[in-house]
Order: sequence, then structure tokens, then C-alpha cells
Amino acid sequence: MSNVPSLQISELAFAYPDGNQALFGVNLTIQKGERVALLGPNGAGKTTLVMHMNGIHPTMQGEVRISGDLVDSKNKESLKAIRSKVGIVFQDPDDQLFMPTVGEDIAFGPYNMGLRGEELNKVVAQALTQVGMLEFIDRPPHHLSFGQRRRVAVATVLAMKPEILILDEPSSNLDPASRRELADILRTLDITIVMVTHDLPYAHELCERSVILSGGIIVADGQTDAILKDKALLKSHRLELPVGFNL
Amino acid sequence: MSKIPLLLLFKRALIEIPFIFFAILMPFFGEGEKFSVLGLELYRDGLLAGTSIVVKGTLGVLAAVILSTTTTAREILRGLETLKLPTIMVQIASFMLRYINVISDEMERMKIARESRGFTATGIKHWKVLATAAAALFIRSYERGERVHLAMLSRGFDGVLPSLNTQKVTARQWVTAFSIPFLALAASLIALMIGW
Repeated sequence: MSNVPSLQISELAFAYPDGNQALFGVNLTIQKGERVALLGPNGAGKTTLVMHMNGIHPTMQGEVRISGDLVDSKNKESLKAIRSKVGIVFQDPDDQLFMPTVGEDIAFGPYNMGLRGEELNKVVAQALTQVGMLEFIDRPPHHLSFGQRRRVAVATVLAMKPEILILDEPSSNLDPASRRELADILRTLDITIVMVTHDLPYAHELCERSVILSGGIIVADGQTDAILKDKALLKSHRLELPVGFNL
Repeated sequence: MSKIPLLLLFKRALIEIPFIFFAILMPFFGEGEKFSVLGLELYRDGLLAGTSIVVKGTLGVLAAVILSTTTTAREILRGLETLKLPTIMVQIASFMLRYINVISDEMERMKIARESRGFTATGIKHWKVLATAAAALFIRSYERGERVHLAMLSRGFDGVLPSLNTQKVTARQWVTAFSIPFLALAASLIALMIGW
């Protein structure tokens, strides 16, 4: 089991119903325990790719495997298993936190997986502890700061004990301290992480490996350090390091 | 019940004044049997009808005020679920509760954005702008709804929301809950005794 990649995407292509093609044959393999940054300009197809990883978008061509299991959006039962293995943290925590209190929101995923009672409470407490938010368990989400909500959003997914954690723009809208706190939390997690981001320093800080998705294909895949030092590569895909930031 | 200051209860109950104003006037107008109290001419039918409205109104308002001051919205939802209100309605109400702040914040930001560009709604000619803003807000909320649904699906949602934890109801809470029905019963018994 340990040698099976967490994520394996081969020849994945996708076009929206209006004919707009977003992915043109993506190949990507991510091993267990890797932390990978998925970089790319706006409109590169990053979100579309993420939506394929847990079967929200049905696979049209090619295939996606999560720790060896095929993501098949027609098979409802297998989809449920896939979704418990793939945790997606969406960009806007207000979209992710929809239950009346933090605790109930964390419980939502594990509940859907069939956990009840004492076991459920334990998982909830554990997930909140991982992000340092246990004391907020009974608070309604709108009473929390943005950074706290982002952390709770991460916990909602951790509670499902996923094989792979996918974060959509984890550092967006965070103040510098919240940004660092989140990085500290992510570093302690012992799972596979895919981080979709425009925040290149953040990618450099957290991820060994980076992948650039541009125009619906993977155009670069390698060590984050090497990729971010390749100015010509970055420039040709509308990516750039912040002014004054040197590696 | 003892936890609500009486003054607060009284203040909040004042909301009923406009509604019972006419009921208070009823004994002074009307026709039929009359009698006089302290030099005031009162009509029997009017007095009965007026008292009945005031009592019913006061009990109703007191019940509502007590419920809203002692019980959080969460617990009211919980109660409705225990009372077997269809789950879909409880769910809709619970989402409304969760997102009402998010949406009102969004509305506020849109208002500030309008005003920052020199817009103030003064008359009918500005309704078009306000209507467009309302439409934009509606579309944003609709799109948020879709994103929330996506987030729910991603966490294995299959049509059933976890039921809310129900707590044990203590004897004291039962006594509190029955205080208003008890008052209502007492009021109707008194009405019976004085021969309505």
C-alpha cells in the first residue's frame, strides 16, 4: 500500500459544456507524504483540475486515481469513499463553514462517513486541536476572525482523516501572522498536501516540489527552488516572485 | 424565567401597546347594556371584548418575549426539530441563520462601495440603482449557495444533515415552559368565574 501514489492523474482532459476546453491531457503523480505546490496563472485550469480530484467534475477523458482507486463519478458508493480520502479546503471559509457552530461543522464530514456518538466527538476534538482551535468549538463561525475561520476550514477536512489534503489558495486574505500560523500547522501534518497558490514564497516555504499548470497542461514539474529560480519559465507563464524577494 | 430582569421583560413587552390601544378604548364606545364605574360610563360588551384582547395579546407577547430572551436561535431550531417540524424546513432555517450575517455584510460592503463613488439614494429616480444592487446581491448569494453545496458534496453530503444534539430537559425547564400556558388557563378560569 505504501508504494501506491496518493494521487495519480493520467491524460486528463476536460471541456466545459459551452465548449471551452480547460484541460488538455494532464499527467501528474504525487507520492504519499509529498507536499506539492500547484502553480499557474489565473484561468490555467487549476480549479478545474482540483474539482476532478474528488469527482465533482465527472472525468471525460483520462483517469484520476486516489491511492490506487479510480475516481468514478458515476459510481456513487466509490465516490463517497473517494471524498473521504480527498479533503478540499476551499478558498472562502464562509463557503466551507455552513453549520451553526464550529463543532457541528467539523462533525459534518465524519458524520457523513458514519461516525456517531463518542467516537465522533473524539474526532472533532482531535481535528480542532490540530489547528489550535479547540476552545472555539461552540462558537458560531461568523464570530471568528478570517484567519481562525481558515484554520477551522482546514480542521473540517482533517476530521475526515484524508489521504490527501488539497488547499485552494490557503494564504489568501490572511494577515502575516495568520499566514505563518497556518504554515506552522500545515508543516505538522503528516499527510500528502497539494497547495494551489499564487503565493510563490509560501510555496517555497512549504513545498519541496512544484508543478506549473498553464493553458491546461503541466508545463513544469520539479524542485520548487529550481522552478522559482528559473525567471524565464516563470515569466512565460505569468508568474513572478514579489519585488525584493530573492531565493 | 427568574434570569430575565422584570424591567427588561416589561420594556420588551411594550411593543404590544399600539396593538391593544383600540382594545383599551373599546369599553367606552358601543351599544347595549351600560354600567358606571367611578363615574365612567362603560359598555358591558365592549369591556369584555376589550379585556379579552388585552389578555390574549399580553400573554402572546409575553410568551414571544420570554422565548426570544431565554432561548438562542440554535435552541429554537433544536426544539422545532424535536417537535418533528419537517427536517428540510429546519435545515433551511439553520442555513438562513448561518448566512444572514455573511449576506448582510456583503450588502453593507456594496452600500459603502456605492456611497464611496458619490451615490446617495434620495428619491424614486435612484430605485433603478438599488434594484440592480439587489439583483447583484441575489446572484452573489445564489453563487455562494452553489459553492456551499460543492463544499458539502466534497465532505460526503448525501442529503441528510447531522441531526442536532438534543439535551435533556430538566424539571425546572418544564415548569418554566408551562408558566405561560398556566397564566392563560388562569385567565380563562377567572373569565368563567365572573360569568362571561
